[in-house]
Amino acid sequence: MDQTSRFTSLQTSSLVLLRLLIGWHFLYEGVIKLYSPSWTAKGYLLSASYMESFFKWMAGESIIPIIDTLNIGALLLVGFCLIIGFKTRWASIIGIGLLLLYYLAHPPFPGYPQGPSEGSYWLVNKNLIEAAALFVLFLFPTDYSFGIARLFAKPKTVSTNPIP
Amino acid sequence: MATDKNLFKGFSRREWLKILGGIPIFGAVWSAGFRSNEKALSERNLLLETLNIKASAPPASGPMTGEPLRVGLIGFGIRGEQLMRSLGFATVEWLDDMAKSAAENPNDTRLAEFKAQEGLNVRLTAICDIFDVRAEKALRSFNTKENPCKRYKTHLDLINSGEVDAIIIATPDHWHAPMSIDAINAGVHVYVEKPMTHSIEETYAIRDAVRNNPKAVFAVGHQHRQTQSFLTAQDAIAKNTLGHVSLVVTATNRNDDNGAWQYEIHPDGNTESIDWDMFLGSAPKIPFNPEHFFRWRKWWAYGSGLSGDLMTHDYDRINCVLKMGIPKYVTASGGVYTHRDGRNVPDVMQVNMDFPEFSTGTSQTPGKEKGMSLVYSATLGNQFDRGTVLMGHDASMELGNMVTIYADPRSTKYQDLIKENRVDPSVPIYQYDPSANGVDAVTSATAKYFANKGLLWTYRDGKRVDSTFLHLREWMSCIRNGGNPSCGIQEGFEEAITAHMGGLSYKIGRRIEWDAENERIIALPGENLDEILLNNDDVFIS
Repeated sequence: MDQTSRFTSLQTSSLVLLRLLIGWHFLYEGVIKLYSPSWTAKGYLLSASYMESFFKWMAGESIIPIIDTLNIGALLLVGFCLIIGFKTRWASIIGIGLLLLYYLAHPPFPGYPQGPSEGSYWLVNKNLIEAAALFVLFLFPTDYSFGIARLFAKPKTVSTNPIP
Repeated sequence: MATDKNLFKGFSRREWLKILGGIPIFGAVWSAGFRSNEKALSERNLLLETLNIKASAPPASGPMTGEPLRVGLIGFGIRGEQLMRSLGFATVEWLDDMAKSAAENPNDTRLAEFKAQEGLNVRLTAICDIFDVRAEKALRSFNTKENPCKRYKTHLDLINSGEVDAIIIATPDHWHAPMSIDAINAGVHVYVEKPMTHSIEETYAIRDAVRNNPKAVFAVGHQHRQTQSFLTAQDAIAKNTLGHVSLVVTATNRNDDNGAWQYEIHPDGNTESIDWDMFLGSAPKIPFNPEHFFRWRKWWAYGSGLSGDLMTHDYDRINCVLKMGIPKYVTASGGVYTHRDGRNVPDVMQVNMDFPEFSTGTSQTPGKEKGMSLVYSATLGNQFDRGTVLMGHDASMELGNMVTIYADPRSTKYQDLIKENRVDPSVPIYQYDPSANGVDAVTSATAKYFANKGLLWTYRDGKRVDSTFLHLREWMSCIRNGGNPSCGIQEGFEEAITAHMGGLSYKIGRRIEWDAENERIIALPGENLDEILLNNDDVFIS
């Protein structure tokens, strides 16, 4: 169960740190959007340069309020789970899903309009890298080392190894 | 409980830290986000309270109930077809094209929007077009069992048929006033396309006719008066947000055949199918010339070039916001620089309109500031979007479908806020986007990018609407429920006189002056201004 036992504590700590940083990023984005009543993903979706019809459908009059709520909810949930250390594997999958949607709406493909961005990208951008990092977290869960999940794993350890 | 105690037994403090350590991090991030927003919101609210600009929707025009209004259309050309769709009448050909286009491209919602448009409770009973092909096209689609529609040979036959309560005029400019005057004198309501008139004299004659027949509701087709952001801009001006506005710059930029009035010449247009004498009307008698008929905007004899066709839009937009009226001085220049194809109206034109007595208010010593220039600049050889900017001592306003206001770094009004770093002159202090859920004091580069790309459209109650539809609806509401159209005779008079002063200055090469007291454009002794304005012989290339 506790895969991280195969790692040195520094290796485990690094994975925990990565998880906390990504969780921090998701949570802060979610909170800012939650408390900005006029925020909407409409502009981002309408200006999609790839899979336009899908993203424009998402930006439709009747769908967009649901999309906005789901986006904020998912950002908060992923942030919460990664920071607290609870169901981090599920949270990683949801996070990857969100990031890939952001990536595909404005992909840094050659010949596609780049829109506003703070750097220069070709095929790879920060959304893709963050998604890849989440995939690492999915493969190497650390919530049993640091997080609420430890609460449920610990008794077993305690009972099998009464003397540490 | 006992189980719980057993469960938690044996956790050291260090263990608890590993289990619950994420909670304070979670709390810290959440409260940082919350506080950052609180701060931004309170700064924003403070700024919005200080500015106190109302972003209200224009009052909806009244109900369309009662007997159906009987409408007649004169001129079923490009604009006539558009107006008819706004009125609820689309040709079979257009409906087929749109259905095909929507089937190929699901994003094309033009047909769906047309079908969703509110019915205006009208019957299109009469059509007049002197080109058989167009008149027959209209009848084919509009003359139905539910909507019997007849063609009339002349506009007088149509007006006096007893079959129309109101008419819409979408003819070449030189017919606007004669038809309007005939209709108003017959007690028929009129919606006329801009510019309201083609000559100076007509401008007075049409005003007299409207004044003498108060029952006939008269409206000029400046549909942008319905643009939601303009009321917000009016309120911002009323609250002295910009301080003294000394300069307004506005522009037309087009770079295509259609924009340069190179409309299609119909192959069936000939002396058999076109009533050429009727087309000419007051214009110089010349033999049939299909280019003059189909591309009439290129000659002073029938059209009025950039100053009448396009500057009137920009002038009326600014007049709607500032209500500055007719300029005291107008100076124009330009020439035929991009389309030397025999036309005699300029395709590059700059018009400076001066209002030396006008002020939007001041934040400085009273008397220091007074006077404003409105600069209209146009080319039909480039389509770079230059926007419309109102430049005041305290702030600048970008006026379009959105209203964006930037504080001026040297502003008197905002100097304390700028000093305290609460206002950054490079970030808008106010932005109104009719399609968003609310107003925002600050915007991001991203929002601006989307807006500039035209992705955040103008909406009414969250729905995209056609402003021509709203403008026609307002006119019909005035007919049915009383009230005055937002672009009535006074606004039309100011628009027409200003356009004619622009045309005159371009042609004479002199600063043209308006005598406000006597309501006259000042002419030199022996000068016939209308003769100069309508002169169709000279091509003015400087």
